[in-house]
Amino acid sequence: MTSAPEALLALSDVNTFYGQAQVHFDLSITVARGHIVCLLGGNASGKSTTMKIILGLVKPRSGEVTFDGASLIGLSTPQIVRRGIASVPEARRLFADMSVRENILMGAFVRNDRDAIAQDLDRMLTLFPKLGQRLSQRAGSLSGGEQQMVAMARALMSRPRMIVMDEPTMGLSPLYVDRVLELIRSINQAGVSVFMVEQNASLALEIAHEAYVLQTGKIVLSGPARALKDDPRIRDAYLGGSEAA
Amino acid sequence: MSSWLDHTINGLIVGNVYALVAVGLALIFGVSRLINFAQGSIYLVGAYIGWIAVVQLHTPLPLTIIVVAVAAAIVGLIIERFGLRPLQNSVRIAPLLATIGISFVLDQLVMLIFSPNPRALPSQLPDVRFQVGGGTIGPLDLLIAGVGLTSALLLFVFLRYTKLGWAVRATAQDRDAAMQMGVDVNRVNQAVFGIAAALGGVSGMLVGMYYNQIDTAMSLQATLKGVVAEVVGGAGNVPGAVIGSLLLGLVESYGVAVLGTSYRNLFAFLLLVVVLVLRPNGLFVSARQAPPEPLTGTFIAPSRPVNIPRWALLAAVAGFAILPLFPVSFYVLQTLINAWLLGMLALSLTLVAGTMGQVSLGHAALLAIGAYTSALLSLTLAVPAGLAVIGGGLMSAALGTLLISPSFRLRGHYVSIATLAIGEIVALVILNWESVTRGPIGISGIPPLALFGYDLISPTSVYWFSLAVMVVLALLQGRLLTSHLGRSFRAIRDDDIAARAYGLSLNRYKSLAFIFGGFAAGVSGGIAAHLYSYINHETFNTQQSILALTVVILGGLGNVVGAIVGSVALVGLPEVFRIAAEYRILIYGIVLLLLVRFRPQGLLGTV
Repeated sequence: MTSAPEALLALSDVNTFYGQAQVHFDLSITVARGHIVCLLGGNASGKSTTMKIILGLVKPRSGEVTFDGASLIGLSTPQIVRRGIASVPEARRLFADMSVRENILMGAFVRNDRDAIAQDLDRMLTLFPKLGQRLSQRAGSLSGGEQQMVAMARALMSRPRMIVMDEPTMGLSPLYVDRVLELIRSINQAGVSVFMVEQNASLALEIAHEAYVLQTGKIVLSGPARALKDDPRIRDAYLGGSEAA
Repeated sequence: MSSWLDHTINGLIVGNVYALVAVGLALIFGVSRLINFAQGSIYLVGAYIGWIAVVQLHTPLPLTIIVVAVAAAIVGLIIERFGLRPLQNSVRIAPLLATIGISFVLDQLVMLIFSPNPRALPSQLPDVRFQVGGGTIGPLDLLIAGVGLTSALLLFVFLRYTKLGWAVRATAQDRDAAMQMGVDVNRVNQAVFGIAAALGGVSGMLVGMYYNQIDTAMSLQATLKGVVAEVVGGAGNVPGAVIGSLLLGLVESYGVAVLGTSYRNLFAFLLLVVVLVLRPNGLFVSARQAPPEPLTGTFIAPSRPVNIPRWALLAAVAGFAILPLFPVSFYVLQTLINAWLLGMLALSLTLVAGTMGQVSLGHAALLAIGAYTSALLSLTLAVPAGLAVIGGGLMSAALGTLLISPSFRLRGHYVSIATLAIGEIVALVILNWESVTRGPIGISGIPPLALFGYDLISPTSVYWFSLAVMVVLALLQGRLLTSHLGRSFRAIRDDDIAARAYGLSLNRYKSLAFIFGGFAAGVSGGIAAHLYSYINHETFNTQQSILALTVVILGGLGNVVGAIVGSVALVGLPEVFRIAAEYRILIYGIVLLLLVRFRPQGLLGTV
């Protein structure tokens, strides 16, 4: 290998089952350090399960998952989070009865440096200025877009090396979609690698470095996002691939 | 007027005690969506640890409170670590059953160590009353109020200002998301079980001091009251649990003032049923979303039932049928008669809990209804015993279904609470409705079983009669399960939302299951009444409900043959091994725990 960027997260030959049903077939995905990698796919293609594998919420039957060279297999979710992976879960999953401030601070649960946490909270409020007025409000009372901001701030509070996001633009108004993509890009430029799962291919490919297309548990297409953007097979993959050339 | 103030003070003090139990239940429910039926046992343990501290070690009061809190917390941690954590990935019903098993084991251990006789638990406080307005208040009242307020304050500070407290709240709101923030959910579970147990233990000690008496019957009552208060306040809602407890205390206190002491519990359970029916999420509905829907097929342990060939079943029935022709002792026949009676109850419960998924904890009430109906029909109306038993079955089917129908809209653990409460209500009505049931005196002189004018007095004839009835009921139930009705029942159990989407009327099918189950249980109770010739409100108690549940799980939920095999095993084996009566319930509890842990599908598999 020549000077290919170093892999931060690597899934290799992962096979996952829910009972009898196989979800992943020899799934291999690499996220290079400092990159945004996007996993595309339709419903029931196994995208969200890939997230759960990375976070240790679902255990693969075989295969290897490494982060920064060390295996994540057998680690619990909290242990994986402590290794430096933060998550923005599907549908945001805020702690609805806790305040916005408490939600953001929950993101720093794995840290113990009080002063730096306070500074980071201020940093979040400059990054997400709207949240400043909402700090003492119940998180459940925010709009979807605002909740997405809280979820992203919460993820950043652990000072992660990588953030995994499950459909960060789902259910948001077009205005917020652009804002979220913008934020993902700036988070990445600050040095955080991003692995995101998306249904909206054209949006995701705009900001990603690499992309993978998952179809019924198999990677059918992968490569640099720029190359995939114009690939007709992307569209075919979404239509079920039946008329793929 | 002054007495009303006294009743109010009394209600608030008792409410304070309930709150200590209910808050623990709410914390545990919040974090793990589990109703901890062992909470009352920890309360019992707390009371007895308090007794050891005060009477044997002569500790001063503040030290006693600390000793009780710490010791109870340790018990709670042990329960969490060894009883519940291994079940984390089990079926949904497993932790609930485990807490029931743990509760029986703990209660029996306390009973075996300290004997069931009540003991005095002096409070060490001076016996004076202060005049407050029109009422009086004593040092113990103030102590209870003080402990209640201090605990509430400590809990508030813990939840609001400590890292672990935040973790508890986050886990209660979204367990998966909390894990993704790095929260170790096991530590959160430990924390809430420790806190809940400490509060529960202190509560038990305070109640013991309040009445200057402790005994082993306290446990179930405490669990029930705590659950009532918690559900009234909204399951999982900690401030709601406090308000629910005070409300419960007041309702009981005023109810007792109007109607008398024996009505205390009746008010508590009526309050529960009213709240469950009108506002199942409690009076202070939490804005939090409902717990996740049950996943299809995860309610009971999935398994392939053991296939027993028809000839083997026939041979077994024939074998048991000709058994009395051999020189077997009266004792063996007596034991098997008990097994057949329990088998009928188990058939009923395996249908309702296993096939239908409504885990009833008040099934003994169906026995009681059948028994009282049959006894009263034959005694007061001179109905022949054979017909009276059928009358008991029909009454149990009708009345049981009617009583349980308010809980048809409930799901999961709530069904268990509602059935438990309804069971208690039946027992309390029997106790208090003296003009019909003869109240605490019970009914004696019930005529023996009779069939077409022939008295069935010999053990052999009773044996044949009960075996035949059970076999007929089992055959009917077997037919039922293979019909489209059985399929509909199972569909509702596995996913009631999907079943409804396919047009199944939940109420209708749940009614049918309870009608059939109520009939079988009522017949069992009716036969028992004529067999015992004396029954009272305690003949059919919660222990029997739990025994039936253990039988059903042992045999395999929903499994007809399993219900009977389980009955024979649980009634017969202790006899075979000559286990003394006082150890039996302990063994049932341990069997239940081991089953849930190691063989949740039972001996013959779930259906």
